[in-house]
Amino acid sequence: MPDTPALATFALPDRTDLRLIDHLHGGLPLTERPFAEVGAALGLPEDEVIERLGRLLARGTLTRFGPLFQIERAGGQFVLAALEVPESAFQRIAAIVNQLPEVAHNYRREHRLNMWFVVAAESHEAARAALDRIGRLTGLPVHAFPKEREYFVGLRLAATVEEGPHGTE
Amino acid sequence: MALSDFDRALIAATQTGLPLVARPYEAVGAMLGVSGEQVRERLGQMLSDGLIRRIGAVPNHYRLGYVANGMTVWDVDDAQVDALGERVGALPGVSHCYRRPRERPLWPYNLFAMVHGRSREEVERQAEAIRTLLGAACAANDILYSSAILKKAGLRLKEN
Repeated sequence: MPDTPALATFALPDRTDLRLIDHLHGGLPLTERPFAEVGAALGLPEDEVIERLGRLLARGTLTRFGPLFQIERAGGQFVLAALEVPESAFQRIAAIVNQLPEVAHNYRREHRLNMWFVVAAESHEAARAALDRIGRLTGLPVHAFPKEREYFVGLRLAATVEEGPHGTE
Repeated sequence: MALSDFDRALIAATQTGLPLVARPYEAVGAMLGVSGEQVRERLGQMLSDGLIRRIGAVPNHYRLGYVANGMTVWDVDDAQVDALGERVGALPGVSHCYRRPRERPLWPYNLFAMVHGRSREEVERQAEAIRTLLGAACAANDILYSSAILKKAGLRLKEN
């Protein structure tokens, strides 16, 4: 299973890491020494907060730490799109799609439409151009599902409820 | 809302992450040739304008044990989809909920709700709750499980 996350090999976050992740979901304060403030709330020294964040990023427990831009507020667009990729060409097509800087994330999904990605661009035109480019480079029809309305976006995962992964796919 | 040159530079400098140092905003300011206070003020304004959702940590669901990641999709009556979409989005366990266009006959679904769980059973229980809520307004549905993360990078603005 080369493309399935190898869960057993993950270094698991400890309870303090999980408290830190939960706490930071609410946002980093806009103060001169924000990590000191986060540390004070959690009973941790500033340098330990910084060190733990660095480790969580290095391990991939966190994919990113910083401002989450909502580019649509500045005329940009996020477009969810899907491809029906022949299994034999899957890795090759994934590499083509992933190399585009406009592709923010990409997932393999179990469906006839088996590759789902999000194009993030600064304008509708730029998003359209990126989608067209993906169509040309892959030779596959691109099925675009632009957002028409947003009902909710947020993460309500209770990181601290349990430790460690349970169940496998 | 148009982005100023300073905004673009600020986004470009922080979109892959904030520096992990004691004074991160000052460090960003140093890169851009402005004070840390100017960086904090502008970020604060962007937060209140909604151009930034939050300054925080983006976890990899899988590594927190949420190994079942289901994109649940629903074919919901057009007259009712907005009212129902709001209610689906409010359910615990739903992290994103959107209305998107159908592409019949291949794709009859217009409501998308991402559901995360520690197992497929957990995702299916949550999908069942959505189905109950949608009732007769829903004509068809599916769950697309992710089996691999191929890329997760976040926004990348090109620097001009």
